[in-house]
Amino acid sequence: MALPVYASPLEKLWHYIYLVICALIFLFLIAPILIVIPLSFNAEPYFTFTEKMLTFDPSGYSLRWYDLLLTQPSLPTDVPRDAAWWGRVWTESAWVNAAKNSVIIGVFATVVATVLGTIAALGLSRPEMPYRRLIMAILISPMIVPIIITATGLFFFYSSPCALIGWTGLSQYCGRLTSSYVGVVLAHATLGIPFVIITVTATLIGFDQSLNRAAASLGAPPTTTFFKVTMPLILPGVISGALFAFVTSFDEVVVVLFVAAHDQQTIPRQMWNGIREQISPAILAVATILVVISIALLATLEILRRRSERLRGVTPH
Amino acid sequence: MADISAPAAALTTSDGRPLRAALASAQQRAKRRAFLLVLPLLAFIVITFIVPIGQLMHQAIYNPGFSDNMPRLTQWFADTPPGTAPDEAAWEALALDLRDASEAKTIGTVGTRVNYDLSGTRSLFTSTARKAARFEPPYREAVLAADDKWADPVLWSTMRQVSDAYSLNFFLAALDMTRDVEGRVVAMPEDRQIYVSLFLKTFLLAGLITLTCLVLGFPVAHLLATLPMRWSNLLMILVLLPFWTSLLVRTTSWMVLLQQQGVVNNTLVAAGVVAEEGRLELIYNQIGTIIAMTHILLPFMILPLYSVMRPIPPSYVRAARSLGATSWTAFRRVYLPQTLPGVGAGALLVFILAVGYYITPALVGGASGQLISNLIAFHMQDSLNWSLAAALAGLLLGAVLLLYWVYDRLVGIDNMKLG
Amino acid sequence: MKKILILTTALTGFAVSASAQELTVMSWGGAYGEAQTEAHVKPWSAATGFPAKMVDSDNPATPIKAMVEAGNVTIDVASIEYADAIRLCDEGMLEPIDIAALPAGADGTPAAEDFLAGAVTECAVSTDIWSNVYAYDTSKFTGEAPSTAADFFDLEKFPGKRGMRKGAKANLEMALMADGVPAAEVYSVLETPEGVDRAFAVMDKIKNDVVWWEAGAQPPQLLADGEVALTTAYNGRIFAAAVTEGKPFQTVFDGQVYEYEGFAIPKGAPNPELARQFIAFASTTQALADQAKWISYGPARKSSGPLVGLFQDGKTEMGPFMPTAAANLTNALPSSYEFWVDRDTELNERFNAWLAAN
Repeated sequence: MALPVYASPLEKLWHYIYLVICALIFLFLIAPILIVIPLSFNAEPYFTFTEKMLTFDPSGYSLRWYDLLLTQPSLPTDVPRDAAWWGRVWTESAWVNAAKNSVIIGVFATVVATVLGTIAALGLSRPEMPYRRLIMAILISPMIVPIIITATGLFFFYSSPCALIGWTGLSQYCGRLTSSYVGVVLAHATLGIPFVIITVTATLIGFDQSLNRAAASLGAPPTTTFFKVTMPLILPGVISGALFAFVTSFDEVVVVLFVAAHDQQTIPRQMWNGIREQISPAILAVATILVVISIALLATLEILRRRSERLRGVTPH
Repeated sequence: MADISAPAAALTTSDGRPLRAALASAQQRAKRRAFLLVLPLLAFIVITFIVPIGQLMHQAIYNPGFSDNMPRLTQWFADTPPGTAPDEAAWEALALDLRDASEAKTIGTVGTRVNYDLSGTRSLFTSTARKAARFEPPYREAVLAADDKWADPVLWSTMRQVSDAYSLNFFLAALDMTRDVEGRVVAMPEDRQIYVSLFLKTFLLAGLITLTCLVLGFPVAHLLATLPMRWSNLLMILVLLPFWTSLLVRTTSWMVLLQQQGVVNNTLVAAGVVAEEGRLELIYNQIGTIIAMTHILLPFMILPLYSVMRPIPPSYVRAARSLGATSWTAFRRVYLPQTLPGVGAGALLVFILAVGYYITPALVGGASGQLISNLIAFHMQDSLNWSLAAALAGLLLGAVLLLYWVYDRLVGIDNMKLG
Repeated sequence: MKKILILTTALTGFAVSASAQELTVMSWGGAYGEAQTEAHVKPWSAATGFPAKMVDSDNPATPIKAMVEAGNVTIDVASIEYADAIRLCDEGMLEPIDIAALPAGADGTPAAEDFLAGAVTECAVSTDIWSNVYAYDTSKFTGEAPSTAADFFDLEKFPGKRGMRKGAKANLEMALMADGVPAAEVYSVLETPEGVDRAFAVMDKIKNDVVWWEAGAQPPQLLADGEVALTTAYNGRIFAAAVTEGKPFQTVFDGQVYEYEGFAIPKGAPNPELARQFIAFASTTQALADQAKWISYGPARKSSGPLVGLFQDGKTEMGPFMPTAAANLTNALPSSYEFWVDRDTELNERFNAWLAAN
């Protein structure tokens, strides 16, 4: 983005203004995410930089909010941190339990979304696929439909999931899906599916179908072809789709608010409660942890992208 | 195709079938196989997504709160033509239904249902029902002695309307309309019209947010697209990190930054830009909603813009310059038109997402920064007028699906990019 | 298929393990939730060995209704306002409670006589009397300080943002008292359409400067953050912030609206028997007095009164902070459940239309 030699002084000036504007927009994008990190180490219960923090006085910083995450709601703080104490943290800390729920729900939802989504993407990217456009539109719609509508619909549906087949007499064997892990997992899988479809079909666009035919002509059964030929090539797309699906579930709060019970308290829901009542800096400690996780995920994705480019022979410019 | 298939009799496969038929059946098989791959997911989405939304729409037109709990009066309404003045049979049905509903503890449901269509009547039902056990014939006098509001013809026409469990009245209410005594559709009284203006406000704010995203996203996407790949990949991380960061984290950050004792206000006060008493109100209002949502949706604008701008060859602009165009003309007449697909894709996506936003306005919007989704949540969780919530959701869904259809026409769903 | 089976088994495993016998109590969070946790939930759990947990809500009456209507009740006991207890009971959303099953007072008086008049209803047992008051930050008003209900609605005399609970109840009453209606006449005025208009007209004066709160923990936070200068609040929350955190908050009891709060069991609660045991345990003379050790709400039993002494910090005398202290009752209104049972839905609807109109 160097300026051409024939640029006039005015154009040069404009160019530098433009660069400054871009820098400010980047600051707007990134500052709010980074600002929570130092603030989460605040020794005082404020959401702003205290004088001690600005002068880098160590006593202005502390880990008390991280400690609070371990001890909320009612663990003793003034006891030795022995194995028994950590055992209690593992079972009693509200945040640790929320994290466990988030991971359980996220993992199951990701598996369901990734398996179903990848298989469907294979079908969708075949040239013979009938009604491709319409079906694609339906499968992507969970990403487009406002989440409050999805959550409300699920609230009614989960109360009596078999109402529609009531005439078969089978509905008596159906329980409710509200307040259950299964309900939340299914809902989160639905929300994650569009991401899997989008990333996997994007990988398959560059996929050479003749590789499959070559494998088949050499006598490989379809499953062998899939696992030995297709899968290694589309794997980066599948993994990034799975990461998207996991993050979607890990960040989802509205469906949880509508259909889950208190047993399925997840991190976002715990945060939601915390933010609505009073944002204690403990929320910032959680936020910091989540930011670190997203940085790790982003790095994974970047590595995958490079690997995929290398495998497919696309060289960076 | 035609000239191959003409001598069809001549061309056959090795087992003697006509080639055309063999090809067609192979094609059919391939179609079926492709479809079978998609089928499990399609079935999954239909069950866990399409059916629930269908059920929600049903909720908007079906509310048996009155008909289930006031069977006698419902029957009387069904037997008599609209406009019939209540006779003693009607009064008896009313009195007995009130008594039964009071015993069954369903009178609150009945009163609430009527109250949706005729505000201020719930207390009439609950208070009269408490006396219903002592009602003796003649029932007209007995009921009127309990409360003379029962003589009101508007009340009777409303009860007739709500005695039908299926009605479009909730959609009317969602559009600030109601029915009068004769059942004609009329506008709500001025002071109760809230939904249409909230829809308008939602679209307006979404439009404003889309515009801000475009204004902020365009220069950044342009910079990323024109820098060497090595640099743009690095800077792209600054766009992708917010994209991958939890929505609640980003909303929290804005609360921390924008509140009265927050970082922005403190910095401004310390710098002497604003006085201690004049701290800016940046949050719990529309400004808060706009700022936070712009930040959250900005990556959805930058990514499609970038993917359109990247392949535009710089030589076009150079050619325009060499032909004597000023840099502004070259940008406007040569570069900008080529970016329009990206602008369309980004703007539509951001607008669609913004219209249905819930979490951010709920947390930072205060009273004035609430969008239609927040009102749907309110009717679901607080006022518990589920049918109205469903009707509002139906209208919002209609608008979003329309935009989605436009998006598919203009951009194509397959072209959606995620980082 | 086998994998799917394993998956479903694993998932139902979670669902089952979660529904083991555990008491779930829903309350209002914040300082009040903490008081109930310390005074009732923890001791009950320790005494019976059953695990118990506390979950928060802005107003537990609302989720109860949604849960019962959707047939998905996940809580056993809820702490709700008196008028809501009667209304939900009327609507068949609560389990009946037998007053005879409640423990007698410490002095042997049967529960029916020991509780204050009307404190035990068909479906709920009152535990305490709390109040809607307003409070301000003393550091914000160096000259004349607000002292009457009228001051709250007077932007000229006391400029600054106001915090108010998002709802009609208590706000309408306070507005009328601020407008000069004597406490004894508030409800007869509010029964007329003109009276309702009048109350809204008073609130119109400050509408543009109001920050609406929903959770009881918000008002002290709004005051502490400087987001508002004055705010209505549940009196115990202000007390807790002022005493335990040393915030410079002053409560104004003029124009207060006080009411019972109590425990009830939603219809279809997963563990109704545990819930009954818990309520009996949490409504003894000593339990009610214990709660007052944590928050400034007056106990609903006569026999608990003399046992109320110091705050849990061991030095603050609770008496003057109670809504029912003589000095606080000069211009006070007992909330009328008869009024709110029938009109809650209508007036809240009107309130929300008023709020949404610009």
